[in-house]
Amino acid sequence: MHSHNSTTTDQLPAEQFNKARQEPSPAIVAHNLVKVFGETRAVDGVDLSIPKGKVYGFLGPNGAGKTTTIRMLATLLQPDEGNATVFGHDLIKEADAVRSRISLTGQFASVDDDMTGMENLTLIARLLGYQRKQAAVRAAELLQAFDLEAAANRQVKKYSGGMRRRIDIAASIVNSPELLFLDEPTTGLDPRSRNQVWDIIRALVSNGTTILLTTQYLEEADQLADRIAVIDKGKIIAEGTAGELKRSIGGGSLHVRLLEPEHRSPAEQILAKNLDSPIRLDSDPAALSAQVNDTKKVIAALGELEKAGIHIAGFSMGQPSLDEVFLKLTGEPAHHTEENEEMANG
Amino acid sequence: MDNITLKTHTEAFNNALSKTSKPPKAGAFSASLTFGWRALLKIKHVPEQLFDVTAFPIMFILMFTYLFGGAIAGSTGDYLQFLLPGILAQTVIMLTIYTGISLNNDIRKGVFDRFRSLPIWQPAVLTGALLGDVLRYSIASMMIIIIGFILGFRPEANITGIFPAMVILLIFAFSFSWIWTAVGIIVRSQETLYTLSFIIMFPLTFISNIFVDPETMPPWLEAFVNVNPVSILVTAMRGFIHGGVTPADIAAVLLVSAALIAVFGPITMYLFRRQK
Repeated sequence: MHSHNSTTTDQLPAEQFNKARQEPSPAIVAHNLVKVFGETRAVDGVDLSIPKGKVYGFLGPNGAGKTTTIRMLATLLQPDEGNATVFGHDLIKEADAVRSRISLTGQFASVDDDMTGMENLTLIARLLGYQRKQAAVRAAELLQAFDLEAAANRQVKKYSGGMRRRIDIAASIVNSPELLFLDEPTTGLDPRSRNQVWDIIRALVSNGTTILLTTQYLEEADQLADRIAVIDKGKIIAEGTAGELKRSIGGGSLHVRLLEPEHRSPAEQILAKNLDSPIRLDSDPAALSAQVNDTKKVIAALGELEKAGIHIAGFSMGQPSLDEVFLKLTGEPAHHTEENEEMANG
Repeated sequence: MDNITLKTHTEAFNNALSKTSKPPKAGAFSASLTFGWRALLKIKHVPEQLFDVTAFPIMFILMFTYLFGGAIAGSTGDYLQFLLPGILAQTVIMLTIYTGISLNNDIRKGVFDRFRSLPIWQPAVLTGALLGDVLRYSIASMMIIIIGFILGFRPEANITGIFPAMVILLIFAFSFSWIWTAVGIIVRSQETLYTLSFIIMFPLTFISNIFVDPETMPPWLEAFVNVNPVSILVTAMRGFIHGGVTPADIAAVLLVSAALIAVFGPITMYLFRRQK
């Protein structure tokens, strides 16, 4: 932080001035974005500065305001308060300039089910101004890139979940957007398809695209995002790199399953002592789990169980779940709102 | 092993992504036509939607002609002459509901969001869909006219009178569709849309001059029937088909159509922009 009396850029120390110059201008800058639906403040004062060419993740439960924020930034929804610029263009006054640089992939496949993959991509290309022939070329190119050539002339409703996601993302990059919004890109996908989507996202970023994605999984945010904003009840409650975030919430959780359910009570005592954290008794009578702040302690604790003659059927270490993240950050579990705008309109 | 498919396509992928040159923006007209093309593709892929378009008119024309024809007009043949222009109007007006239904579908499925986030002339989504609808209306009209001819319908004026009658019907239907675009954006579920459409459509088409001459009705009902936009349309269509159309008849239909667009066009666009 430079001192208050340096009022103009000229007075900044040279070093800082140069740094400011080298730093590329952000893809998105938002100030105090607010969106109210009825009595709910779905987005309640969000400030953002999202760097170019990186992946930025919104992490939060259903109804936290992730989708609403994205919809405002994609010009689909007007903010009630605040303002934002995308690549320097005002969201409202220069909506068309914003639209020509961005693309949105919604939570549910936003392609036409009744039409074929080829037709869907051609439609988008035509709408973007491609002539008939070039539109077909562009569509074929994208189908090939997303490994959908074989399904080109099949109706999208006959696609598998993973294929639908791919055609959906393909439809979003017909115009080679500089910024791509991905709303829960892997929700509901099997692990193989999820990895494919992750690969696509990484490839997009390596080609220079800026990506803003929302997710309910810390693991996904951790895998993909350079920076993460944790959103709860319309507010950003934490922001930083994945590393910073994980450091602030601890190592995750240990799940242990015993061979003998009757050993659970002594096991609970041993684990509590060694891990120095409260133990949760799961509904499975042979299972326990605990928050882990220091992974080294886990090894010692498991050793102590063995010494006490308590045999383990299996154990696993997991990344903190969204609930655990929220528990740590807010002191209460994540609020999964049912009646929210995200469910209603996708 | 998970990534194998895409890894082999990295080159294709980079090739597809490296295209940064963008074509000039599509104009309003071209965007509308593209959406019209989409409507055609939908008919191609979901031909079942033409079932309603063809089955209803056949059912109506047969039912009314043979069930009520003798009682109302003395003979089924005479009644068909009277009924056909009206049934033509009723069928097409009923079909306008589908404009709302398909729009509602697009909104619920998220396709609409994608279109709205494109740098295109935004109303093209609506105008293009309506262009597609006009095609559907034309198909239905042709069906009715063909069946009418088979059953013995003969225009009194001139066979060519059918064409201006069709044109004025399509203009009216296009204008009327804007009611459903507005409703399609507001309403949450298709069920509500169907219910609402029947509540509006049945009185509007039945309490008109489609089936019977309003002069046989009690005065208060006759008064309503005479100002019903559907009656105004059917009067002009009968005039074209059987002779005796006046410029006032035509002007009245055009005026009603313009009024519908003037009211529901802006309402739709307002809802469209505010749509969450």
